[in-house]
Amino acid sequence: MNDFLFIFRRDENDIPKLSPEQMQEDTQKWIDWIGGIAAQNKLNNRGNRLERTGKVVKADNMITDGPYMELKEAIGGYIVVTAESLDEAAELAKGCPIFNYKGNVEVREIKAM
Amino acid sequence: MQQQELIPHLFRTEYRKIVAVLCSLFGLQHIETAEDLVSDTFLSAAELWGQKGVPENPAAWLYTVAKNKTKNHLRRVANFDKKISKELSNEGVAEIELDLSEENINDSQLAMMFAVCDPSVAKEAQVALALNLLCGFDAQEIADAFLTNKDVVYKRIQRAKEKLRSENISLAYPTVNEISTRMDSVLSTIYLLFNEGYYSSSQNSVLRKDLCWEAMRLCYLLVSNDIANTTSANALLSLMCFHASRFEARLNEHGELILYKDQDTSLWNEELIVKGRYYLKIAFADGDLSKYHFEAAIASWHTIKEDSPEKWATVLQLYDQLLQLEYSPMAAFNRIYVLSKVRGKQQAIEEAEQLNIVKNHFYYTLLGKLHEGIDDTLALSYFKTALTLAITDPEKKLIMAHMHELAE
Repeated sequence: MNDFLFIFRRDENDIPKLSPEQMQEDTQKWIDWIGGIAAQNKLNNRGNRLERTGKVVKADNMITDGPYMELKEAIGGYIVVTAESLDEAAELAKGCPIFNYKGNVEVREIKAM
Repeated sequence: MQQQELIPHLFRTEYRKIVAVLCSLFGLQHIETAEDLVSDTFLSAAELWGQKGVPENPAAWLYTVAKNKTKNHLRRVANFDKKISKELSNEGVAEIELDLSEENINDSQLAMMFAVCDPSVAKEAQVALALNLLCGFDAQEIADAFLTNKDVVYKRIQRAKEKLRSENISLAYPTVNEISTRMDSVLSTIYLLFNEGYYSSSQNSVLRKDLCWEAMRLCYLLVSNDIANTTSANALLSLMCFHASRFEARLNEHGELILYKDQDTSLWNEELIVKGRYYLKIAFADGDLSKYHFEAAIASWHTIKEDSPEKWATVLQLYDQLLQLEYSPMAAFNRIYVLSKVRGKQQAIEEAEQLNIVKNHFYYTLLGKLHEGIDDTLALSYFKTALTLAITDPEKKLIMAHMHELAE
């Protein structure tokens, strides 16, 4: 079994304004989806969401405020799953609520140091 | 209670109390001496009560006889060996008063609980030892509970006792530091004990209420103690109160399990439900959430029998969070059932098929339930498979109840 990082990306501009009820519903979808992975005993780390703001530090000690990448591909959060293969890990990413707002999941195998 | 039932009952409840008090007097180095003295006391009870009848207050009788036997023992030992008597000050055996007050029994048992869960003792040995010393289980009963054999358990207990001796572990009130390192194993031991009583994998009695009450009593000892009164302990106690509230409703007169939806709610114990809510509130007041928090919260929803979308959606979230915190096959099974209530059977079936799980009777029973109304023939075949895999009679009867329901 290997560990895989799921990186959730979405277009920051595309995130709809949600009412408190809709936000709660959205949160529930995420919890259920991650719960489904946990129920298969394949969740290694429930991960975290990331704040929208950030800074980027560059070689010449220059620090800039985010966005640091294309706004379209901003990282919203991550989790770590356990699977036999990259293919199996990719299967697990299906049904992720990020697709509801046109985001995507990048699946990367973690190579232990 | 008849004498032949009374002595085993008292053995269960009183044996370990006296052992705990004797151990706090002698130290854990002399754990076997303590156990011998108490066993001897029960032997006397079995002989004398048979001839002369049961005394008016059997527990008090046991305490008195245990005290006398302890004094006699110490006198004998003092003649041969100064080891124990030295530790007991110089005032002489006659001055020794065995304090079998409720308070001292509680303190001794609490100290024993934390000593048993000393990190030097292996986890599985801790559980066996706790069941033995704190709950009066013999090796055979522990072996039955954990589906292993008696010799294995016996050796495990002996090794654990040897460890307590060799590590020179003291029976003292737990410190704040010990609470943080040992509380988890103390709680998991209590939790196992309760489950053994509630779900009872052993054959004879379907519901071993005694075990459940004992588990609740031990947990109550924790929450009554200033240092041991953690939010997780409250969560566990809450969970046990909620489960125990359905004692009278979950078995019929033949000792067979009654499905939750068929239970007579008037038999649910309102007092225990109220207690469960009380401890749940304390548990969620602050601090980290443990698996007991989520299980207790789930159990609290099950004390509300009316179905509502809100109920099932909330329970699903709780299972999601429980599984994220700590995976267990049972939680994964139960989550699927709840998922079927929230998202429909089709999605639940899909997720059930993805479960990375041993295909046991629980699994096939679940698949049977999910296919009900979608494909009854398939549902029946799942129930049949479940029936061939079930081990105990109550499990088989429960599956047959599902099959019966399907045929209706």
